[in-house]
Amino acid sequence: MQLAPPSFALLTNHLTSRNKNTHALITCVLLSPRRVPVLILHLLCTLIGSLCVTGSIIGSRSLEHFTTMHRLPHLANRSFIAGALAQSSRCSKTRGPVEWRGLQRYSTAEATVVTRETAVKMREKTLTMETLSPQVKAVEYAVRGPIVMKAGDIERGLLQGQKHPFTEVIKANIGDAHAMGQKPITFLRQVVALCSFPELLESPSFPEDAKLRASRILQGCGGQSMGSYSASQGVECIRQDIAAYIEQRDKGVPSDWDNIYLTTGASDGIVSILKMLVSGQGLSRSGVMIPIPQYPLYSAAIAELDAVQINYYLDEDHCWALDTNELHRAYLAAKEHCNPRVICIINPGNPTGQVQSKKCIEEVLHFAFEENLFVMADEVYQDNVYSPDCEFHSFKKVLYEMGPEYFNTVELASFHSTSKGYSGECGFRGGYMEVVNLDPEVKAQLVKLLSVRLCPPVSGQAAMDVVVNPPLPHEPSYALFHEEKSAVLGALAEKAQMTERILDAVPGIQCNPVQGAMYAYPRILIPPQAVDEAKSLGMPPDMLYCLRLLEETGICIVPGSGFGQREGTYHFRMTILPSMEKLKVLLEKLRDFHIKFLKKYASLEELER
Amino acid sequence: MMGLTAAKLPGLNSFYTFPEYRRLHVGVQKRITEVTDDLSVRSRALSGTSEPRRGVAPDKMSDHAVFTRDKVLTIHSMNPTVKKVEYAVRGPIVQRAVQIEQELRQGVKKPFTEVIKANIGDAQAMGQQPITFFRQVLALCSYPELLKDNMFPEDAKNRAKRILQACGGSSIGSYSASQGIDCVRQDVAHYIESRDGGVPCDPDNIYLTTGASDGIVTMLKLLVCGEGPTRTGVMISIPQYPLYSAALAELAAVQINYYLNEDKCWSMDVSELERSLEAARKYCNPKALCVINPGNPTGQVQSRQCIEDVIRFAAKENLFLMADEVYQDNVYADSCQFHSFKKVLFEMGPQYSDTVELASFHSTSKCYMGECGFRGGYMEVINMDPEVKAQLNKLVSVRLCPPVPGQALMDLVVNPPKPGEPSYNNFKKERTDTLKLLAEKAKLTEDILNTVPGITCNPVQGAMYSFPKISLPGRAIKEAMALGQVPDMFYCMKLLEETGICLVPGSGFGQIEGTYHFRMTILPPTDKLKILLAKVKEFHEKFTKQYS
Repeated sequence: MQLAPPSFALLTNHLTSRNKNTHALITCVLLSPRRVPVLILHLLCTLIGSLCVTGSIIGSRSLEHFTTMHRLPHLANRSFIAGALAQSSRCSKTRGPVEWRGLQRYSTAEATVVTRETAVKMREKTLTMETLSPQVKAVEYAVRGPIVMKAGDIERGLLQGQKHPFTEVIKANIGDAHAMGQKPITFLRQVVALCSFPELLESPSFPEDAKLRASRILQGCGGQSMGSYSASQGVECIRQDIAAYIEQRDKGVPSDWDNIYLTTGASDGIVSILKMLVSGQGLSRSGVMIPIPQYPLYSAAIAELDAVQINYYLDEDHCWALDTNELHRAYLAAKEHCNPRVICIINPGNPTGQVQSKKCIEEVLHFAFEENLFVMADEVYQDNVYSPDCEFHSFKKVLYEMGPEYFNTVELASFHSTSKGYSGECGFRGGYMEVVNLDPEVKAQLVKLLSVRLCPPVSGQAAMDVVVNPPLPHEPSYALFHEEKSAVLGALAEKAQMTERILDAVPGIQCNPVQGAMYAYPRILIPPQAVDEAKSLGMPPDMLYCLRLLEETGICIVPGSGFGQREGTYHFRMTILPSMEKLKVLLEKLRDFHIKFLKKYASLEELER
Repeated sequence: MMGLTAAKLPGLNSFYTFPEYRRLHVGVQKRITEVTDDLSVRSRALSGTSEPRRGVAPDKMSDHAVFTRDKVLTIHSMNPTVKKVEYAVRGPIVQRAVQIEQELRQGVKKPFTEVIKANIGDAQAMGQQPITFFRQVLALCSYPELLKDNMFPEDAKNRAKRILQACGGSSIGSYSASQGIDCVRQDVAHYIESRDGGVPCDPDNIYLTTGASDGIVTMLKLLVCGEGPTRTGVMISIPQYPLYSAALAELAAVQINYYLNEDKCWSMDVSELERSLEAARKYCNPKALCVINPGNPTGQVQSRQCIEDVIRFAAKENLFLMADEVYQDNVYADSCQFHSFKKVLFEMGPQYSDTVELASFHSTSKCYMGECGFRGGYMEVINMDPEVKAQLNKLVSVRLCPPVPGQALMDLVVNPPKPGEPSYNNFKKERTDTLKLLAEKAKLTEDILNTVPGITCNPVQGAMYSFPKISLPGRAIKEAMALGQVPDMFYCMKLLEETGICLVPGSGFGQIEGTYHFRMTILPPTDKLKILLAKVKEFHEKFTKQYS
């Protein structure tokens, strides 16, 4: 018997990751008429696979391959996604809908391979899990992790007519405002359209102020076209507008446009600055202090750069406040094994929604000053402050107000983006960073580094320009702009409040006020039985919770384990972005689910105790 | 909540000891007093007197304040791999060119009135007009109100609607899937199938990227591992496009040079590949082979035979193939044709097409559209291990998604107006005109450069650059060395100062030791290109005379 080795590799892979469940699989196939075509193939594969193994037709090379593959499930566990695949294989015991997804994914992959590949000589792949960059392997990004992938699968299933106990998936996993129905700011889109197709500058259907902005941006572009590369640091006039915006925001604190760098979303800027900061080996390896809970871009970037992640915990009991004592604790503990060089702060907080007080920012800056840390301030939610008793204070402004001793020394990079605020233009990938007190030589190095990727998308730069330079009160578009902006921010404030109110009323859910940003990060009680079940399935308890929630209600939220939390506590992150009606439905479904979940795993009396 | 109370003051909480804390102070008691005083004074000052503090004189806020404190991030403490990165296309010559432009604006007298930048393949900056249809669709996507307007042709509206429908909330302002918009990936797959005469293409293997560079760096990231002699080595052509050397430096991978054969029109030679691989195996673990076809900066178009040889070599040596095919529409020489690596791979039969791992890259920035600013691009991966693919998906998910306008543009490039659609004729005319003009300029550049004694220029068969060899007199080389400059950098700098022409020295791309080159784009408008070439000619003759 001759079997095509590549498909054989897949078969054995498949088999080894699943051999314990073969019986379960067969039963599943027989029980499920809907998935017969795919699963019959799957079953065939499994059987052929078994034949191959038992029929001693494996050459020494393929045996090697076989054993290689055998180690893979273990290796895969290191990564979130692959980990989830392994998990879904392990949960076949329970035969819930979760397992089906895992099976189908594998089966489809095999189907493609089986039909396409013909018998050839065996050749090992150059790039396998074994030879893959270990830094890449270590990267995790829950916001688009297994739960979200599964939500996508369910959505496609619904489209194909699969039955679920709900009719639509509500994605509250990611701060993607437009996808949730938020309308773009008309003025911004008019300017981008004009820049894209300058013939429209002659059209009477565009207001003059939009045309002026567009002409100005186009004049800043090579050949007056958005299709040319900009300078690596960004279009000059846009950088000037940003500096003017910062000065105005910070009540006159000077901003030099030479310190402004346009970026591809804020993420790009954050990764670039981290990249500059990472050096040393062993004890001298750069350590990066990040809040826990954190936005997982930070942990992902740190993993990829092979830097040391230093966790400092936000104080959930005090509305996720940042406590300097905790900074010291984390710093001193980390000093034992690495070289802490940078502290990252997210304000307003993601996923935690707190807005830092001015005093707290002062303390952080003082700490950074004392311990000689580079400060990275992620301020992408600067316009998203909802609590009447909170106000956004930029790190730069506070630093300035602390006096020249601080303002002339503390190295600070702050980040902003087009994706959040009231514009919510995620797809444009616009953003900027401002650096303060960066060593001139390092600045030259930064420009060089950025020049390799040529330039951030110019349409995103144009969108950024409109965000920092919106219509002024005397301009024709002002009224509409103002109305749209207030409507978006007003609705967000209402939704923030409603989310907190409804969630906090659910037994076993505690939700801090959503003072700002776009997320609620409530703490959830997961009964010990559920924790045990999750453990036996090899997944974090809040992952199990979110998975069940998705299966039963179609609601997609991200487990707290993807952001980090104190050991033994469980959370999830949900956005407050769905429309009011949808958000209400979501929160009610969530409440019902939670109560059902508690009842399933613990008696209510037990909970009340 | 976070009051600056004594209990929260650093150093006062007996729970923690801070041996390292406040290094500048001696004596615990003294320290605590100081901290307390310091902070309470400061906090009072901060709460009440922010206003006057804003008035600090600007000179005090500069980096040169009296107070000195070591910076966290200095040239010595920064990431050493970043320091090693070099990118000549936007290197010192270009920085100087920008300065000179500013000087000209300020009225400084120069022997020229404008700087002509021929350093970078930036077509629209050089006056090339965008394809009308593409920009119409982008405007429609950006501002869907325009769909109601009757100034746009129906096919543009249909394209825009289709793209918008595939976006979350029907807005290009929402994040797309990390891999790119589904329907765009499908269109890319169709395009590849029809380009490659029916070789199947699975949309699941398509990844939209932020320009081709992003895809290339991402693939390299996956490939790099090991330490010392097991560190990943990546074979790149010399001369190369410096993105490769820059990315390898940043990833601390080992760069393995294989030299293109200048005497044979920059062709690729398998014996040279073997030589370089053999040599590299002694100190690293060669895992990938990068090929740029049509060549940048060298402008050659690889023959089908040559591609076959390369694939066979990669198969034999177990190398991951990376094919940079961003200039696939830029083929000018009549005798040449673009063959995609994928098509050739599949024509070689299943023992190759089922095994050789290949990633190929394309972009919106080059060809006839030249839409660099949108940062659109895609890569196709073939025979990638499914688990690695899951890792790739995870990795690209961290950066959320490539810019959606760039994805929309990529869609239009792979799915342009078809015969019978209202925009077809105009599209076809614009496209043909641009490519024809480029072909003319390629020929013009080659012809004029070859009339200059001391300059030899291979035919510009494709891409957008000429990479002529220049002979530099011994005295010029000596003078350059004395200045600590690479001789061709010295040459290009002088050219810039004397004529305003901005080219990139060959040393930025790599060249055989002792030979000198420069790269120039063929993109300036014909009249400007003629001036540029005449000036280069004049300069070279003068330079040669001056140093002989």
